[in-house]
Amino acid sequence: MESDLIAVRGLRVSFGSDAGVARVLDGVDLTIRRGEIMGLVGESGCGKTTLARSILGILPPHATRIEAGEIRFEGRDLLGLGEKTLASEIRGRAIAYIPQDPFTAFNPVFTIGTQIDDLMRFKSPLLRGGALSGRDRRRQDRARVLELLRMVQLPDPEGVLRKYPHEVSGGQRQRLMIAMALLPEPQLVIADEPTTALDVTVQAQILTLLKRLAREHGVAVLFTTHDLGTAYEICDRITVMYAGQEVEEAPVASFFDAPSHPYTRKLLDSLPSSENGIRGIAGEIPRLIDPPSGCRFHPRCERATEECRTTRPPPEAVAAGHTVRCHHPLEGGA
Amino acid sequence: MLRILRKLMEDRAALLGLVLIVLLVLAAVLAPLLSTHPGDVAEFHTARRLSAPGAENWLGTDRMGSDIYSRLLFGARITITIAVTAIAVAVAIGVPIGLIAGYYEGIGSDLLMRVSDIFLAVPQIVLAIAIAQTLGPSIENVILALSATYWPFWARLVFAETRSCKNEPFVEAAIALGCSPYRVMVLHILPSISSSIIVRTTIGMGGTILTAATLGFLGLGPPPPTPEWGRTIAESREFLPMAWWYAAFPGLAIFLVVMGFNLLGDGLRDVLDPRLRRAARHGK
Amino acid sequence: MKTVVLIVNRLAWFVPTLLGLLAIVFFISHIVPADPAAFVAGENATPETIAAIRTRLGLDQPLHVQFWRYIVSIFDGDMGRSIYTGRPVAEDLLSRLPATLELTLVTVVVATVVGVPLGVVSALRRNSWLDHALRVVTIAGLAIASFWFAILLQLLFSMRLGVTPLGGRVEGWGPEQITGFYLIDALILQDHEILLDALQHMILPVITLAVPATATIVRFTRAGVLDALQSNYVLYETAMGYPRRLVIWKYVLRNALIGTVTQIGLIFGILLAGAVVVEAVFDWPGLGTFAVNSILSSDYNAVMGFTVVVGTMFIVVNLIVDILHGMIDPREAR
Repeated sequence: MESDLIAVRGLRVSFGSDAGVARVLDGVDLTIRRGEIMGLVGESGCGKTTLARSILGILPPHATRIEAGEIRFEGRDLLGLGEKTLASEIRGRAIAYIPQDPFTAFNPVFTIGTQIDDLMRFKSPLLRGGALSGRDRRRQDRARVLELLRMVQLPDPEGVLRKYPHEVSGGQRQRLMIAMALLPEPQLVIADEPTTALDVTVQAQILTLLKRLAREHGVAVLFTTHDLGTAYEICDRITVMYAGQEVEEAPVASFFDAPSHPYTRKLLDSLPSSENGIRGIAGEIPRLIDPPSGCRFHPRCERATEECRTTRPPPEAVAAGHTVRCHHPLEGGA
Repeated sequence: MLRILRKLMEDRAALLGLVLIVLLVLAAVLAPLLSTHPGDVAEFHTARRLSAPGAENWLGTDRMGSDIYSRLLFGARITITIAVTAIAVAVAIGVPIGLIAGYYEGIGSDLLMRVSDIFLAVPQIVLAIAIAQTLGPSIENVILALSATYWPFWARLVFAETRSCKNEPFVEAAIALGCSPYRVMVLHILPSISSSIIVRTTIGMGGTILTAATLGFLGLGPPPPTPEWGRTIAESREFLPMAWWYAAFPGLAIFLVVMGFNLLGDGLRDVLDPRLRRAARHGK
Repeated sequence: MKTVVLIVNRLAWFVPTLLGLLAIVFFISHIVPADPAAFVAGENATPETIAAIRTRLGLDQPLHVQFWRYIVSIFDGDMGRSIYTGRPVAEDLLSRLPATLELTLVTVVVATVVGVPLGVVSALRRNSWLDHALRVVTIAGLAIASFWFAILLQLLFSMRLGVTPLGGRVEGWGPEQITGFYLIDALILQDHEILLDALQHMILPVITLAVPATATIVRFTRAGVLDALQSNYVLYETAMGYPRRLVIWKYVLRNALIGTVTQIGLIFGILLAGAVVVEAVFDWPGLGTFAVNSILSSDYNAVMGFTVVVGTMFIVVNLIVDILHGMIDPREAR
């Protein structure tokens, strides 16, 4: 437990809409250790982004409600902190964010330099000591910014700072986002599908860069994706979500070699391969307004029994660091 | 359709707008029944001139001693005639032009849009003044002046919507299936852009009524003794500050009617525009 | 360099628009009436005068020759003579231009100073009682007939209460003509008495004109701020813990105002339209009063000249707004 950086327990979040209340997260557990890259995998709409935003505390306040649960970050429950504390001490300080779409995440009418300067003005790690004079701090921050821009392999860092966001390419903007996420020297970076909006050729470069820099800085990453391939490449451990619940958590090796949850198995089978061709998963993703009881996957699972319909399975360890929530887990590698 | 109506009913402001418009229509249709002095559109009673609101003349009398309340009711008929006809003509000109220019791409389309841009590049009231002045004061000419200045609003709107609609899969599918251009425009594109047209038309009614009243105020509207609201206000100026009711009530009538269309248009936009609808949901 | 290209671009559109305006006015004045010469001559003209005018205006020539001559004469500054004043229309209009410009410019300033903050607050407190109240008030502001509102204000404040002047720009003679803008002239001459007097005369006309203009600005600013608040960059800035104040008053406001600036053209149109009748009510010696007098005395040349001048002003304002927009919006500058 000593090495846990963040521990989400029993998180329940619901969205209000015209059609009714959607239970978007239903008792989710998630643990990330210091310095590890955790992949959060699942289909679109399974609650990955909602979970990421819950941790940052940036869910739309009117439409969403956090019903239950806790998010312990270094021992503090983030859900108990006020908006002011979250904004000044957690977001952009302890926990940084890399958005899904680097095209629209920059403010279009300010130069990149202005936006980075404003970030450093409030989030610079040098602010924490408090010993430096304003001018010294700004000078050192400036040097630090340029150094990081070089680290994310941006050509001509000084020039980029003078540019407007639309004047640089998507790949470069995402490199900038990575640099900005690392500048405050956070303990955790939340990267919400950071490469989905990019060209395939650029994706690989960005992922490698993200992984290398995370390792070098010893920063933990929560990496959400619906693409198992990218998860395999950069993650240490993987958590699978289905319809607002986490179903399995495993180190990357045993995740791919010995999946225990029927859903994980089917997810892996749906990857196109030379033996199987392309296979889908029978059935439909459930409506979150009126979700299935018990294990939410039971209507699509051939192993489902009465027990699955009534009670949600508790987490059970099947191997070291490998837990699954299933009444009838698959035996090793089946 | 029912769903839209129900949503509209929930919006108290839009409901108020609808009530105001219904009242206007009722006033116009039932003017002979509702008015206390139906003859006063043409008749005058100099003995009673400029008398203050009271039991005999609810809203007072004008310089001829005619009953202002009765004249306002008959004025509603003029307002409705002018606004409805002018807008109908403007829509009838603007929508086809916008559809055709949006559907076909070429020099002809560019030219049509340039022409409507030029019309939009002059304040409507100024153009309307020039046209009405040339044609002379009458109801028909006010209608002509208004429709000639307002059609580009619909042409522009329909053009933009058609262009963005043209690349939608359902339109491309219809074209691929061999539908004639006419069929595609009228059966596929027009229905899907109709809500924007409805919103624009509702708000346009308010603007047209204001412009028509302004033309009347400037003496370019239908000539006396027509009980046109704008003209009545112009007449009243000589008798201020004494006969305040003479100016106050016709203006109030204009205000309430325009307010009605603006409120309804605003409410309709919230209900019909899907982009705004999504945004509105977050509110509560 | 970018700016030069931008200006050239916009100017290229300016010339055809101007020619288009002249074509419309030509059509209205030369083709629509059965006998244009009779119109120009006025109501009491003899058949001989009308015939003379017909030859002088070249109305017996083919249409394209007439149109060419019309354009040449306009660019020569010749818009015919006013029957009412007996002076060249162009001269009359020019001498009244500063009065109208002064009134509209002061109104734009007032409407912006009042409208922008109200629009921002309305968006920030969306669905509060304040927002609902402002919605109704702005819709009402756009529904009031300016001439009626002007008369009501005059009735109450000038006639009944006697706290504001009845009309005109100043009591007696204006300051010595330098720019034609009384406020500026009075400032240059250090004549505080006239300055104060001119300001007092402005109160009611400016209020009348500012009502629809402010309503428009409030609505556009509100929409712009709401749009920006729902954007990805605000989500990103919030997720990175930029202080709320900075996000709203720097990042959101700049984006919203760029949208509002493009509407200044529209607002100017509303003001010019309003000025026609409002000036007439307050006896403000500008273009509007001139136009109304010309209409009442069937002064045909004067009305057409007014149309050309106001139309041109409107086109020029939109040109300036376009260029300004291109300069402040980095995405536009190409």
